[in-house]
Amino acid sequence: MPDRAAVEAAITDAHRREWAQVLAATVRVARSVDLAEECTQDAYAAALESWVDDGVPQNPAAWLTTTAKRRAIDALRREQTLRAKLPLLLEPEKGVEDMVIDTPRNPPGEDPEDVVPDEPLRLIFMCCHPALSQEAQLALTLRLVCGLPTSDIARLLLVPESTAAARITRAKKKIAVARIPFRVPRPAELPDRLRAVLGVIHLVFTTGHTAPTGASLVRGDLVDRALHLTRMLRALMPDEAEVLGLLALILVTDARRATRTDADGRLLRLEEQDRSQWDRAAIVEAHDLIVPGLRGGHTGRYLLQAAIAALHAEAPTYEETDWPQLVALYDRLLATWPSPVVALNRAVAVSMASGPEAALPLVDQLGTDGGLAHYSYLPAVRADLLCRLGRADEAATAYRQALELTQNEAERVFLAGRLAALGGVAPLGGSLAGRLADVVPRSGTAAQDVSRLP
Amino acid sequence: MAQYAILIYEAAARGTADEHEEHADDLLRSGAMVAAFGLQPSAMATTVSRDTITDGPFVDAKEVVAGFCIIEAPDLDAALKIARENPAARHGGSVEVRPVRGGVVVPPSA
Repeated sequence: MPDRAAVEAAITDAHRREWAQVLAATVRVARSVDLAEECTQDAYAAALESWVDDGVPQNPAAWLTTTAKRRAIDALRREQTLRAKLPLLLEPEKGVEDMVIDTPRNPPGEDPEDVVPDEPLRLIFMCCHPALSQEAQLALTLRLVCGLPTSDIARLLLVPESTAAARITRAKKKIAVARIPFRVPRPAELPDRLRAVLGVIHLVFTTGHTAPTGASLVRGDLVDRALHLTRMLRALMPDEAEVLGLLALILVTDARRATRTDADGRLLRLEEQDRSQWDRAAIVEAHDLIVPGLRGGHTGRYLLQAAIAALHAEAPTYEETDWPQLVALYDRLLATWPSPVVALNRAVAVSMASGPEAALPLVDQLGTDGGLAHYSYLPAVRADLLCRLGRADEAATAYRQALELTQNEAERVFLAGRLAALGGVAPLGGSLAGRLADVVPRSGTAAQDVSRLP
Repeated sequence: MAQYAILIYEAAARGTADEHEEHADDLLRSGAMVAAFGLQPSAMATTVSRDTITDGPFVDAKEVVAGFCIIEAPDLDAALKIARENPAARHGGSVEVRPVRGGVVVPPSA
């Protein structure tokens, strides 16, 4: 008989890895998200007793799926019996609870232990349907795909639990009432729909990578969730270039996690970070995803962002970063994704390649174009350029503007430190560039492959 | 199958009357159409409450419905596909898709 601790560990592991698979398979039987969720939770609870007595099954996911499906079938039978017995009291609301589920590729009556590989994919696409707000998509994905309880989701998204609960309830209701289908989109719709899915996962990642509020810069649990989701998506859609691009971007960006702040939580600029502490395995894995993508002529936004981050990560030192190549990558990114934030990052690369005097007009232009009025990085970058140009008074004003716009404590401390240092006469060394560009590298890498492209 | 209302708002209404009729004919042929109505401009509206009658549309409504149709579709994706073919959506405007809770259409008497 296995000890209880080992069983609990096995269940935790199965929850992390297989929740989406078990829930998705159960949705098909239960035809309602709520019932499927309840049965899946019951199955995990039942596993504790059963596995302590009988041992952990060889295929925990199959055991959990079978158990959850059986419970769903039992629940539906009970409901039918009840309806038959009380025909006058119950008025079944036809069509509302029944979910829209495409006929599975495997014929019905299959072995219940048989795993339909694209089922979790249906779950992801349902949660990220564009008819749901992105806030709802995010909460629903964490709930249904990651299997997190509402309290955890509220904590992760820094909203009151009642808010998170309301978002999830409303989203589930819309799925049922508006009949959002449980299905992988048809090929014609796939690019748009996949973009929404990647957008949600990227949002999970960025929210964790630089927490919008709170005391610490990074929220590792969110970053790990994003990485897990992307790996899951990659296993399900191994040929989608942007899925690989997002995976590479997360890997290469997060490779610097350990070095982004010092022991006191103070933000470290890229040139201050200890490159020997960067996660080389993650950087290499990202590199191996990026190079074939670029060679294949893909120009998706995540792939290009990953290539930019990789160029930083692979530079042996900050000074030796290939800034002109970075500007070239930003040009391509701007063509794919014309966003003022990208333009701002490009301006930072220009400042390193051609000097702050070349970049300042670009930043000023972005300031007058609008769109970044509440974006703290714009005055922060401007302050940095002014500082490098020896215009300390103007730099101080810009740092103060940036301070007013950021809520993250680590960033506030950083900006306040920069502002205080302006009191001294000497221009500050280094720049904000490293902070903005998320990076990593070995020599002779993605950058060279990029330059070979037509 | 479920029913959805496709609502066209005045500010986002696009397309000629002919195009809308053609679209309605397509929906009739495909069997998706349940009902369709075009309304006179909101300037022709009269708002009624218990005590008063006022000229024009309901003032709190930011947008005014110009017309709508009720369609039948197996799921939201299918309804959205039909909505996207609406001339208002095709020509740079937009339409709103809303699930129908209930209703009745009286067939025209012969």
